Amino acid sequence: MNNSTVSTKASGGGASDKFKRTLRELDWRRYVIYIGFVVVFIFFAVLLRDQGFLSPNNLLNIFRQTATITVIAVGMTYVIACAEIDLSVGSVAGLSSVCTAMALSQWGIVPGILAGLAVGLVVGSINGALVSLLGIPSFLVTLGMLGIAVGVAQWITASAPQPILNDTFNLLFGSGNFGPVPGLIVWSAIFVAIGAVVLSRTKFGRQVLATGGNRTAADFTGINTKRIKFQVLLISGVVASFAGMLYAGRLESGRFQWGSGDELSAIAAVILGGTSLFGGAGSVVGTLFGALLIGLINNGLILAGLDSSQQQVVRGAIIILAVALARKK
Amino acid sequence: MNTEDPAVEMRSISKGFNGVNVLNDVAFEVRTGEVHALAGGNGAGKSTLMKILQGVYHADAGSILVAGKPVDINSIQDAKAAGIGMVFQEFSLVPSLTVAQNIFLAAEPQGRSGLIDDREAVRKAREIFADMEVDVDPRAHVSRLGTAYWQLTEIAKALAQDARVLIMDEPTASLARHETEALFDLVARLKKRGISIIYISHRMDEVYRIADRITILRDGRRLLTEPLTNVTPEQIVEGIVGKKIEGQLSYRQRDDYSATAIPVLEAKGISSGNRVRNVSFTLHAGEILGLAGLMGSGRTELARVLFGIDPLESGEIWIGGKKAAITSPRRAIEAGLALIPEDRRAQGLVLDHSVRDNLLLPLLDRIRRGPLLDTAAGKSLSSSLIKKFAVKVAHPGKPVRLLSGGNQQKVVLAKWLGTEPDVLILDEPTAGVDIGTKSEILDMIRELAKAGKAVIVISSEYPELLAVSDRVLILRDGSITGDLKRSEIADEESLQLAVQGV
Repeated sequence: MNNSTVSTKASGGGASDKFKRTLRELDWRRYVIYIGFVVVFIFFAVLLRDQGFLSPNNLLNIFRQTATITVIAVGMTYVIACAEIDLSVGSVAGLSSVCTAMALSQWGIVPGILAGLAVGLVVGSINGALVSLLGIPSFLVTLGMLGIAVGVAQWITASAPQPILNDTFNLLFGSGNFGPVPGLIVWSAIFVAIGAVVLSRTKFGRQVLATGGNRTAADFTGINTKRIKFQVLLISGVVASFAGMLYAGRLESGRFQWGSGDELSAIAAVILGGTSLFGGAGSVVGTLFGALLIGLINNGLILAGLDSSQQQVVRGAIIILAVALARKK
Repeated sequence: MNTEDPAVEMRSISKGFNGVNVLNDVAFEVRTGEVHALAGGNGAGKSTLMKILQGVYHADAGSILVAGKPVDINSIQDAKAAGIGMVFQEFSLVPSLTVAQNIFLAAEPQGRSGLIDDREAVRKAREIFADMEVDVDPRAHVSRLGTAYWQLTEIAKALAQDARVLIMDEPTASLARHETEALFDLVARLKKRGISIIYISHRMDEVYRIADRITILRDGRRLLTEPLTNVTPEQIVEGIVGKKIEGQLSYRQRDDYSATAIPVLEAKGISSGNRVRNVSFTLHAGEILGLAGLMGSGRTELARVLFGIDPLESGEIWIGGKKAAITSPRRAIEAGLALIPEDRRAQGLVLDHSVRDNLLLPLLDRIRRGPLLDTAAGKSLSSSLIKKFAVKVAHPGKPVRLLSGGNQQKVVLAKWLGTEPDVLILDEPTAGVDIGTKSEILDMIRELAKAGKAVIVISSEYPELLAVSDRVLILRDGSITGDLKRSEIADEESLQLAVQGV
């Protein structure tokens, strides 16, 4: 790449040369998720035009179904950009749905919401403290927490679903609309917007990226990298607990299985979106498209009539392909 | 021990890289059971010569004879087979394995079943250590052992491969004094067993103590090979330093800095670990203080303590006449300090991030408007820094890893000077930087002092220290052994001698 730059510079001059140079220097790998999204979208639109893929209802459905993954993945973007991982998000969502449902039937809607968020706050703090203060790898801490959270959720409910009969809650977090727009879409938009601005436009966001990119250099620059690591895991926990309430609202119940396996979808969405698995680079908007791409694939494969085993194979292959295209060098 | 046969003979070795001759017709010979010191300044060709002997590089011309027979060394395996072992300066052990497993790595003894016989490996390792007359537990995990034991393991590993010639590159740099003594005893025992040792060191006292002969390289040629009884330390230093003309690096008499009554920075008997011991000094505004010392003398460690990276175990740091509690880099920055770290790639920069993001990292508070960062302000601030420090970059959005070493160093400098520190500590500011950029950086340092900043320069390049420093502190084993005004130092040679303490 260096050589080509030099040689173009040497030949110099001309608007078309300049354009060619810009084109060559354009790091298209950063945009592979958007290209991939468009390609897959057009592919399904043509292939499945008779199955109603393009109908407004179906498109809204894709958004709705990916809302929880999108929300979780926004938090995960911070964790991965900081060169850590959070495997506990799926079971945190499950535990949060259960706690929300139980507190809600006992004491009402506000305590219910607070109980759900408290789950994320507590689990996120424990994850963060173990990683940043004791230096235990986040992979292990959150792997253990994955089991603990889902176990607690199953234990306190004796594996029984906890119905939510509060319509306000269900409308607010689930099936309701804000004006003409489905609530789930509004929630994901809020999380994506805040997440994107904070990561790219605040001091905290820059420090997360610097810590993930080169922790030693960040330390030498006076950044408290331990605190940053604590904070990203706390954020991830709280955001996951909010996603749990979205499950609870949409499915009008709390259940320990809600969110199970979401950590993998969220990680896939983040990596597809161009966030480096090794930290230092991250894009929340990319993550949104990563989540949407996964939703798009799921939806298209169902409409195409593949059964769930075939869907898993195709989905896995597409994710590997996309990540392979997006990798450096 | 006194057989005069050369264990290794390298005849008229020449080697060039990209058309630049690094070695020119060099002859080098080590006798059986001899400790042969190899000396020379930076870029004299020592490490290239040794890499040819180890099979890392292949000589363009010349031949190598081992025990009188010509050998063709094309790979590290060839070198090992010829009986040449290397004790690496940066150790080549796998920390998670045991001592015995490391010693026999890739040459594990096998039992009848074809599986690795760990018991046999431990037994053999014990034998080797017994021969070396040192006490190391072969079953200990390397990660749990101190550096001295790593080194012993390295030596045992070489001996296990029947090495007859050991290359030791600055082996005492990371050792404590009593460990150094133990190493010298071991070297003497190895010598008795007829093992030859090529000893690379900048420490004159060590060379005199254990080496039989010395070869000095200068500018890719052999200057001399003599028994140490025939050469004086002054001759060796002169041989290493040479009569280099470093026009751009010459000292320029500066106006006397305003020796204000209250020093900007004062260290009062500070200690940390065993590399910083009871260090006291003062630094005034407008002054450039050089820190000179051999590798491992505690130069970098002193900078780390001052900047709050390593804990201060005793003593006090005073800034501007007030006692300061520097417990973290953040506190140090708040107190007006900045550190340009030794390793810019690992410690100074986030390589994959853009030049702009790197520059702004310590300055984020300055471009904040409410909770958000002002992108436009960030762009103009970074552009002004790029211009001020003449960083050559096509676009500030380019990743900093694409820049040359010199330009990367300018980015680190600009990043820190943007914080407008009162005290700037530079650790090896011109390492791996071309000569042009080097003099630019030295000029910048002079400018900063002129503008009233206090500067500490750590460097292993004496011409550079002499070119900028108003005063030079000599560090040895973590303590200050000399505090010299620039005018008291006649030339590079006398600084070398002061650092060596001979």
